[in-house]
Amino acid sequence: MRVMAQMAMVMNLDKCIGCHTCSVTCKQAWTNRTGTEYVWFNNVETRPGQGYPRRYEDQEQWKGGWTLNKRGRLSLKAGGRWRKLATIFSNPKLPSITDYYEPWTYDYATLTDAPAQEHTPVARPKSLISGRDMKIEWSSNWDDNLGGSAATEKHDPMLAKIAEKVRFEFEQTFMFYLPRICEHCLNPSCAASCPSGAIYKRAEDGIVLVDQDRCRGWRMCVSGCPYKKVYFNHKTGKAEKCTFCFPRVEVGLPTVCAETCVGRLRYIGLILYDADRVLEAASTPDEHDLYEAQRSLLLDPHDPEVVRAAERDGIPRDWIDAAQRSPIHALINTYRVALPLHPEYRTMPMVWYIPPLSPVIDVVRETGEDAEDTGNLFAAIDALRIPVEYLAELFTAGDTVPVDGVLKKLAAMRSYMRDINLGRDPDASIPAAVGMSEEDMYDMYRLLAIAKYDERYVIPPAHAEQAHSLEEIATECAVSEYGGGNPEIFGEGSGTLTPIAVENFQMLKDRQTSDTLAGPSDKASRVNLLNWDGKGAPSGLFPPRPPGPPAEEVEDR
Amino acid sequence: MDAFLWVIVPYLCLATFVVGHFWRYRYDKFGWTTRSSQLYEDRLLRLGSPLFHFGMLGVVGGHVVGLLVPQSWTDALGISHETYHVAAVAGGLVAGLMAVVGMAILVYRRRTVGPVFSATTRMDKVMYAFLAAVIVLGMWNTVAGSIMTFGREYNYREGVSVWYRSFLAFRPDASLMADAPLGFRLHALVAFGLFALWPFTRLVHVFSAPVGYLTRPYIVYRSRDDRQLGSHRPRRGWDRVG
Repeated sequence: MRVMAQMAMVMNLDKCIGCHTCSVTCKQAWTNRTGTEYVWFNNVETRPGQGYPRRYEDQEQWKGGWTLNKRGRLSLKAGGRWRKLATIFSNPKLPSITDYYEPWTYDYATLTDAPAQEHTPVARPKSLISGRDMKIEWSSNWDDNLGGSAATEKHDPMLAKIAEKVRFEFEQTFMFYLPRICEHCLNPSCAASCPSGAIYKRAEDGIVLVDQDRCRGWRMCVSGCPYKKVYFNHKTGKAEKCTFCFPRVEVGLPTVCAETCVGRLRYIGLILYDADRVLEAASTPDEHDLYEAQRSLLLDPHDPEVVRAAERDGIPRDWIDAAQRSPIHALINTYRVALPLHPEYRTMPMVWYIPPLSPVIDVVRETGEDAEDTGNLFAAIDALRIPVEYLAELFTAGDTVPVDGVLKKLAAMRSYMRDINLGRDPDASIPAAVGMSEEDMYDMYRLLAIAKYDERYVIPPAHAEQAHSLEEIATECAVSEYGGGNPEIFGEGSGTLTPIAVENFQMLKDRQTSDTLAGPSDKASRVNLLNWDGKGAPSGLFPPRPPGPPAEEVEDR
Repeated sequence: MDAFLWVIVPYLCLATFVVGHFWRYRYDKFGWTTRSSQLYEDRLLRLGSPLFHFGMLGVVGGHVVGLLVPQSWTDALGISHETYHVAAVAGGLVAGLMAVVGMAILVYRRRTVGPVFSATTRMDKVMYAFLAAVIVLGMWNTVAGSIMTFGREYNYREGVSVWYRSFLAFRPDASLMADAPLGFRLHALVAFGLFALWPFTRLVHVFSAPVGYLTRPYIVYRSRDDRQLGSHRPRRGWDRVG
């Protein structure tokens, strides 16, 4: 047993309202640069739908991820090392920009420069690839909310697998949102596909990163990743991918997408896994067993044996503590409600999802039945094969048993908690029906429904002795490192860079954990200008005047 | 004049080549890339790029043999001049044609596909001019010199190759080059110009041919090593304590 730590995420899909805040803030933070216009480290897909890039899940077309070869050994689906080198001059499976979308801007100058004229001037879309006028035909979330799905729904590769029944029942549309980031897999096929060895998995926290100095732009990672979450920056000629916001995570802050998530549906925490058994688990012959194989890789951080092995393998004590408090471990292994996305790609993805119960509830509610009654919900889960089978295609390689189990747990929790909320006697038979104790059910409810910031994000900071070099603490100067001269001595630019996250850390923490929206009452230095009527000085803006004869002084001025 | 062309210029170019690469690798690892344009256009690239690159691999291989292996060695192996000549011309023609056709497709693509053209830098254009000139002159030498026997017959293995080895051994004999036909001289000169440009163009990607991929483990694990945490190194005076 070789214990390694992995920073992982769970998303509770029932809570996702599809607002794209995660995508937008991620883009603002990481990919608002030339060359990455089409790059969405985080994107939110409406399912059923094609996803982004279009039909990325169809591995018969894209050949991403791993597969078992004839001898039952794990191999890259797009071919091994020699095959990679033989096709290096033109990657045969690289999505073209049209599979993503052609990014554009508008020539806003027309709006301000146009002479007085009869008709309102129009800002025309300009391609950011060719610079010419273009017709906007597709984008990263073009089929948002099933928009235009009558035309495009048939392109959903997951829907195609259960197609014969779907045609019939598609009228009873079900829909949910699937936010996606890089999976930071335990067995990343992007890293395995990289000829230069530039993509690496960080030994400390398992975050998969691209070394920008070593990447040579061979593009094999783009086609190697079955989730299509490695992107090619067409200006720098290098691959870029989600970094799990490592500069933030290193100082104990959650990722930007999690921090800004409106529905608070993301959980971040550590898990411990057995690195020696990753290959074995990924080589599980039957696709339906992959979910269990992957789950079994994760070690129980409360097991004294595991703790001992973890300490032996150099995992710091506070990281083990964090792994024990990890919401990820609880959701995956204690309550078993989180499922991996597409385990059949055999990459052992580490962003897990709690499948949504809402499609089922919606259907029950529309029939006029009680949508919070266990019996009704269980019956509906059994009857509504389409949503369940579809979810199974996403999360368990088509095996409906685990999805059934999770949905029934969520349904049971709903019914059980309704009794409590309405002041009735809780019904112990409900948790028992899904094999849970009442305590477990209540704890799961707490974690899913009302967990606070520090319960949802249990992120141990990287170690203080390394602190000076962490990106966000940054006591070194980036510019002088690259020969760009000394830091300025005078003026605004003097000194070293101010690490924003550290500056804001306490402030942010206060805001996130306080009960009021703004201006915590216990912060003397905080001035709320919103309450100021414009007359006199706003309270608290200036320090109190010293006692004494102030009147003369004022007149002197 | 001969000394200038066949001693000074080549060594200047060689020095630029070596020092330039050192400089580029030291200060511009981030810029060290193929700068692929496959994302913009796929159809022509799929045809042109492998043709060109595999052709060029053959061409480079042919040059290594032709320039570095002395005639006496092949004579010792019992390979007659004629056999060698036929093999060299045949191989050279195939590889050269692949390279020329591939390059024609790629240049056409670069000029006509809007996004690819707008991603082409001035340096790219200069480099393409030199590269095209070298390849065309090389083909001319093969075709005109060896097949059509234009002008006099010339055995480059007794002239250019010997000079090249003397150049590499730092005992250059300029007279050998001065006797070579114009085509060979031009080819060599333009090639040296290309070598001088090399470190400053995208051609540097040649030196990161990923042969190590064949032997390394699939998944690379890397620790946050204390020399390079985050994206830059700690400042002087901030050495790690723990």
